[in-house]
Amino acid sequence: MKQVVIISGKGGTGKTLLSACFAALAENKVMADCDVDAANLHLLLHPEIQKTHSFYGLDKAKIDPEKCTGCGECVHVCRFDAISEIQEANFLVDRVSCEGCTVCSLICPAEAIQMEKTKAGEWYVSQTSYGPFAHAKLGIGEENSGKLVTEVRKNAKELAEKNGRDLVILDGPPGTGCPVIASLSGADLALVVTEPTPSGFHDMKRAVQVARHFGIKTACCINKYDLNASNTSQIQEWCKKESIPLLGKIPYDESVTASLIQGVPFVEHTNNSTATAIKDLYEILKNFL
Amino acid sequence: MIISIASGKGGTGKTTVAVNLALALKNVRPVQFLDCDVEEPNAHFFLKPHLVQNQTVYLPVPEIREDRCTYCGKCAEVCAYNALAVLQDTVLIFPELCHGCGGCSLLCPENAIQEKGHRIGIIESGSAGSIPFSHGKLDIGQAMSPPLIRAVKKTLESDRTVIIDAPAGTSCPVVESVKGSTLSLLVTESTPFGLNDLQITVETLKELAIPLGVIINRSEGKDKLIRDYCQRENVPVLMTIPLDRAIAVAYSEGKTILDIQPLYKEKFLNLFEQIQSLI
Repeated sequence: MKQVVIISGKGGTGKTLLSACFAALAENKVMADCDVDAANLHLLLHPEIQKTHSFYGLDKAKIDPEKCTGCGECVHVCRFDAISEIQEANFLVDRVSCEGCTVCSLICPAEAIQMEKTKAGEWYVSQTSYGPFAHAKLGIGEENSGKLVTEVRKNAKELAEKNGRDLVILDGPPGTGCPVIASLSGADLALVVTEPTPSGFHDMKRAVQVARHFGIKTACCINKYDLNASNTSQIQEWCKKESIPLLGKIPYDESVTASLIQGVPFVEHTNNSTATAIKDLYEILKNFL
Repeated sequence: MIISIASGKGGTGKTTVAVNLALALKNVRPVQFLDCDVEEPNAHFFLKPHLVQNQTVYLPVPEIREDRCTYCGKCAEVCAYNALAVLQDTVLIFPELCHGCGGCSLLCPENAIQEKGHRIGIIESGSAGSIPFSHGKLDIGQAMSPPLIRAVKKTLESDRTVIIDAPAGTSCPVVESVKGSTLSLLVTESTPFGLNDLQITVETLKELAIPLGVIINRSEGKDKLIRDYCQRENVPVLMTIPLDRAIAVAYSEGKTILDIQPLYKEKFLNLFEQIQSLI
């Protein structure tokens, strides 16, 4: 079984657009959405949820006002500025800022701070007309998205094994931090989607570096390549220099927006040169794996 | 006053709005720009600041003083992040899991843990004309961006109007970036993706009790999907920017909207007036 993760560094370069198209084009695969804090792939795949599971993050601190003596020791030790004195000798934990380190609860002389189990999101196993789909939703303002991503990846792999699927396509998150690192681990290929803009190029280089840092084979494709010919050729040259295979180029196409509004993978919505470019990209990707 | 620009979904135009707002305001009032998208800092491509200062940011991680350690295991027991493991005659430390909470060193009964800096990234500072500018850059392979974001925000000059460009998403890096803002502008686009991620971001920021305004980028005209939602949630739509290939091309050339369509200066000044009336 092969696992392909689609990343980009910069957001909005077309990761989900391509993931949904690959869902429509690939046979025998499982889909997964690893962008758990702004998940969108479900809007194009229309899953029927078969299993919902609660995801618990780190416990969060809670102060018992009955026991609290107002000494303020907790404020001193908290490095996340999560505890503040709202009135004199009346302390409150900001649950969004609390990173669950437990230090306040351990040092409180009055034993007035308890750590509370906190639901930090949900993960789902679903069926779609494109096959099985693993996805998740991180709770409001929660952290630990990396852990939830790991959960999604595990589910996708299990779905593939159980259903005899030989390919897992993972729609990755933007950035280079914790959730991206969690998405990459164990992948056979990272496909980096970029665009010919200074930020697209800059962030793509960072995404490639992260994938390499973790020893993941990397390939790239350029979306909206005809927006800026000189940037596109710079990206191509860089890929060549770095020995990163460029698997395809997709034109700028305002009809993409219409396909998103209708909630349909682009290759099923429009049959034009953009759709052909995506289909060609998929064929090359398939053979590259 | 601190105005942060967030979005949920990536690539909706946070940096575009942040940069153009800063440039429109700079002759009207003192402005400072902080790029808190430390995983992908991009505002410098447009503001082209002269960066003169370079500061390395470290996260305090534990270091064991072997001569004092009795391998009692207390540190591993208190660490909520499994960043320490105590074996028979050694302590293993995993700095990439450490959040730098300081619990282990504080609670070690032998006082055998001191903290040392583990490099997570850098802050580069300088100025773009009259605008003081700072951004953070997370080192490749580092997972933990919030401490770097906190460090970028330490450069904040409170006597200025501070524009903060936040990262995409809705989780801890976003919360860290927008915390303490006078108002957050949420940049979205007229698609179900834009709406879905706007909803999550609005819920997150309401939790933080930050006043909000929405900007619809790549507007298709009516934007019914987004406007209906904003009306229901009582969040004002403060500005729209049309879907325009010319703006996309300018972006690809490192140009701002003000560069190619100077009339937008008025629009961004008007945006700021609306912001003032909301706070």
